Amino acid sequence: MKTIKEKHSIAMRWFHWINFPVLFLMIWSGMLIYWGNDVYKVSIGNTEIFKFFPEGFNKFFHIPKRLAEGMALHFLFMWFFFANGFMYVLYTIISGEWRELVPQKKSFKEAWLVLLHDLHIRKTAPPQNKYNAAQRIAYTSIIVMGFGSIVTGLAIYKPVQFNWICFLCGGYHLARIIHFVLTLGYVFFFFIHIIQVILAGWKNFQSVITGFEVVKETPVTELAKEDGKGK
Amino acid sequence: MEKENKPEAVPDAAELSEQEIAENKKIADLKQEALLDKQIARRRFIAFGSFIVLQAAAFGGWKWLANSPVEAKTVTAGAKAPLRRALNQTELFCRRLFSNNHLVKTYPKEMVPKKLRSNSYEGMPDKFNPADWKMQVIKSPTETLTLTIEDIKALPKTELIYDFKCVEGWDEIQHWAGVKFTDFVAHYKLETQAAMEYVGFATEDKQYYVGIDMPSAMHPQTLLAYEVNDGPIPILNGAPLRLIIPVKYGIKNLKRIATISFSNQRPPDYWAERGYDYYSGL
Repeated sequence: MKTIKEKHSIAMRWFHWINFPVLFLMIWSGMLIYWGNDVYKVSIGNTEIFKFFPEGFNKFFHIPKRLAEGMALHFLFMWFFFANGFMYVLYTIISGEWRELVPQKKSFKEAWLVLLHDLHIRKTAPPQNKYNAAQRIAYTSIIVMGFGSIVTGLAIYKPVQFNWICFLCGGYHLARIIHFVLTLGYVFFFFIHIIQVILAGWKNFQSVITGFEVVKETPVTELAKEDGKGK
Repeated sequence: MEKENKPEAVPDAAELSEQEIAENKKIADLKQEALLDKQIARRRFIAFGSFIVLQAAAFGGWKWLANSPVEAKTVTAGAKAPLRRALNQTELFCRRLFSNNHLVKTYPKEMVPKKLRSNSYEGMPDKFNPADWKMQVIKSPTETLTLTIEDIKALPKTELIYDFKCVEGWDEIQHWAGVKFTDFVAHYKLETQAAMEYVGFATEDKQYYVGIDMPSAMHPQTLLAYEVNDGPIPILNGAPLRLIIPVKYGIKNLKRIATISFSNQRPPDYWAERGYDYYSGL
């Protein structure tokens, strides 16, 4: 029988869709700032493998010489990024939704099985509630990363007024590196997230907008009778 | 289906055959499903409608910001008007964080790199003889104090080894020495001037100039520096006297100071005229 299955609360959907453009702007303005001293690169020994960012990349996106603009944007949207993230965490705590999001003991083992399943190496995935083990780890990590961005951001932004935060981050220099690496982490998360959303299909995607999914299933009560434990 | 059923007389409940019960149930289910479909359609319409409207509004907001005019030139210039307003609002918040008790971290001498980095030479023409240097302290429109480097060196000397931070994003541990700005103010009895809101510094050719809010200038680690790495300051690093103000980005650390003035309005500031935050505090 067809039923409406409530999936994402309206609060979650708002937090998600506010965060998307705000984080995008934070990354974009961050790139305008980073250009001012673009010294980070990946190298083995003395061999440079990849420079952040190649000249052509900067030119293509019109990044050079926009440091002042980047700073002005970054220091405006940081307020929205922080406020939205703060409200989200507060909401998950108060509503109890954190229980669906925070990894459990078994999650770390299960996440591996989820990965094997997603890569079509394993046929079955471990049973799950709203989110599977890999999602729990990913969605919690991203919050920890957001917290890291705010802390290292404060360390770079006000290293004298927040000198203790700067100290906790291992100094100004290291704070800037962590802040940068976390941003690479967001971009990595974004691509995996997009691939997963595409693979999960339109029905799953639209539930993040509508909040529900239409499912054709045996009523929950009968399911509960079958395996002897209701949820 | 409903119509097919209607012509038949409605029998007593007890007389309904199993087939009829099943059919009635099917009808009820269909009705329920139609109702559900309606509900689904309505909820989808509202959700997608508001999603599109909100994302369009966000995009419109971004377009508005991107197309907003550059601020009218005052003491600041070069930033989009709404972004300048945001910078100025943020300054008010940051000023509340500021405290003389928040000191910049200091380092041991061994951590200072041998080669001193130098950057940006606005207001520093090639033709310059440090021996001819004099500094004007404009106490009031009618009263100016003219000082030589010997006058400055006669004041108590303070050393500072700290992490100099450039707005570009680099930082370097540097070893400076000079007179604390507060000691300078006390010695030349500039208390009335220091009670004003801002202090302005400028080079001799007036091509580089900065404005500093008084609390930052009076921070215990703000120096008028005449030594680096235990020796005189190289020409390109600001000889003979420069501002070292650890609570600000490098852009505020004016080299080769020629005039110091005081005011209650923001003094002109080179980089604030080029889109940067006026406060630029750390």
